[in-house]
Amino acid sequence: MIFTISANTGGWELFVNSLLPMITGAIQYTIPLTLITFVLGILLALLIAMMRISNSKVLHVPAVVYVSAIRGTPLLVQLFIIFYGLPTIGLTIDPFPSAIIAFTLNVGAYASEIIRAAILSIPKGQWEAAQTIGMSRSTALRRIILPQAVRVSVPPLSNSFISLVKDTSLASLILVAELFRKAQEIAARTYDFLLLYVEAAIIYWVICFILSLVQTIIEKRLDRYVAK
Amino acid sequence: MFLSIKSLAKSFGDNQVLKDIDVNIEKGKVLSIIGPSGSGKTTLLRCLNSLEEPDKGIFTFNDGLTLDFEKKISKQEILKLRQKSGMVFQSYNLFPHKTAFENVTEGPLIVQKRKKAEVKELAEELLEKVGLKDKMNLYPHQLSGGQQQRVGIARALAMEPELMLFDEPTSALDPELIGEVLTVIKGLARDNWTMVIVTHELQFAGEVSDEVLFMDGGYIVEQGSPQQVLKSPKEARTQQFLQRILNPA
Ligand SMILES: Nc1ncnc2c1ncn2[C@@H]1O[C@H](COP(=O)(O)OP(=O)(O)OP(=O)(O)O)[C@@H](O)[C@H]1O
Ligand SMILES: [Mg+2]
Repeated sequence: MIFTISANTGGWELFVNSLLPMITGAIQYTIPLTLITFVLGILLALLIAMMRISNSKVLHVPAVVYVSAIRGTPLLVQLFIIFYGLPTIGLTIDPFPSAIIAFTLNVGAYASEIIRAAILSIPKGQWEAAQTIGMSRSTALRRIILPQAVRVSVPPLSNSFISLVKDTSLASLILVAELFRKAQEIAARTYDFLLLYVEAAIIYWVICFILSLVQTIIEKRLDRYVAK
Repeated sequence: MFLSIKSLAKSFGDNQVLKDIDVNIEKGKVLSIIGPSGSGKTTLLRCLNSLEEPDKGIFTFNDGLTLDFEKKISKQEILKLRQKSGMVFQSYNLFPHKTAFENVTEGPLIVQKRKKAEVKELAEELLEKVGLKDKMNLYPHQLSGGQQQRVGIARALAMEPELMLFDEPTSALDPELIGEVLTVIKGLARDNWTMVIVTHELQFAGEVSDEVLFMDGGYIVEQGSPQQVLKSPKEARTQQFLQRILNPA
């Protein structure tokens, strides 16, 4: 570490000196964790949403159970099961991959509900128009319904994305050296809990603020092409 | 004859919407269906396109394809039935994420898997026919209702169906936009398309149809030439219906 931070470092200096390790934590872990789990989570969510709207019980039932289980249990407990629990049965996973797994499962469950609702919100006339030009159900879904559903889901999915940024702070509890873990480590040495945790909060806020600007731009561009 | 329909029946739950309908659709002719709201006009049209499956009835096509809905109908047969007709919806149902041009090419390209160059030519020709060649790269939300409906017609024509079905193609339109859509449909009639048109536009029905059919309560009450059904109806119920439309109280 470039700066030495100790118990007798003063307020403003401590704030400035702590910025670098915290931002490093954000760049090394918080942001990659968010991006990777969001992409994987959306892919999983698409699969689960397809399973849920399918007529086949074999596909439908597991999807319903999965969504219910993930939504019905705390994220922190899921993280602990994967990181602290699984080693008991001989399955040890490193902190970062553990976090990826837990967050992906989470995004997959919540986003699948968003995507499913978006698919159901597309007017029946769109399915029928696709049918009358000879499309099968799966072609209609892929070519006509999903592209519109994606647009409908952008606002709720970007909300999930922003929540995910904040939820990644829970990964500090399974020892991932992300932003908040860095804050905790420095605070443990300097005892300046208020300053450091407020600082961490500000960095999260800045990241989320930038993301919400991006969200507004994307929504403006997309919400034009959806059937009313 | 293109299609003969015998004893068609359809219920939704306890509500019997079509009761023992017999209709013949002649090749190259225009059949208009009129009747009060809830009389089953849309349902009849949707049965022709297999958007609804009849409970009962026999469809016999000129090429020998016969569907008896009291027996089990295979997916293959449903597909064949669907390919025979194109549907134009009251609310257009254009694909909002595709341009006018893409709405028209979607079926031929993706479903029929025809060659790109050939489909492009077809789509341009059809959009020209409905008077929208200059608007072909616009999205539905950039078009007026009348223009959207004309794209809807071009989209159905692009599949080169033998039968065109129209369900109140102008009833969602502002009065000043109705004419442009009716003109396109009249053009199709002149080109000898076989068509079934559900409409409330009696004057238009009179001009464009070879035969008019009046439905009420799930039955065909009266059918015949436009002159006969619209000008000198025999049945009391037809007379009442026309009275109400011509002199709204
Ligand atoms: N999918 C459906 N489920 C249940 N009932 C239906 C359904 N579609 C139509 N109906 C009922 O069938 C009857 C006939 O409807 P249909 O739409 O065929 O009438 P219509 O003659 O086209 O009327 P309009 O002039 O109002 O369009 C109505 O009572 C309607 O409520
Ligand atoms: Mg109707």
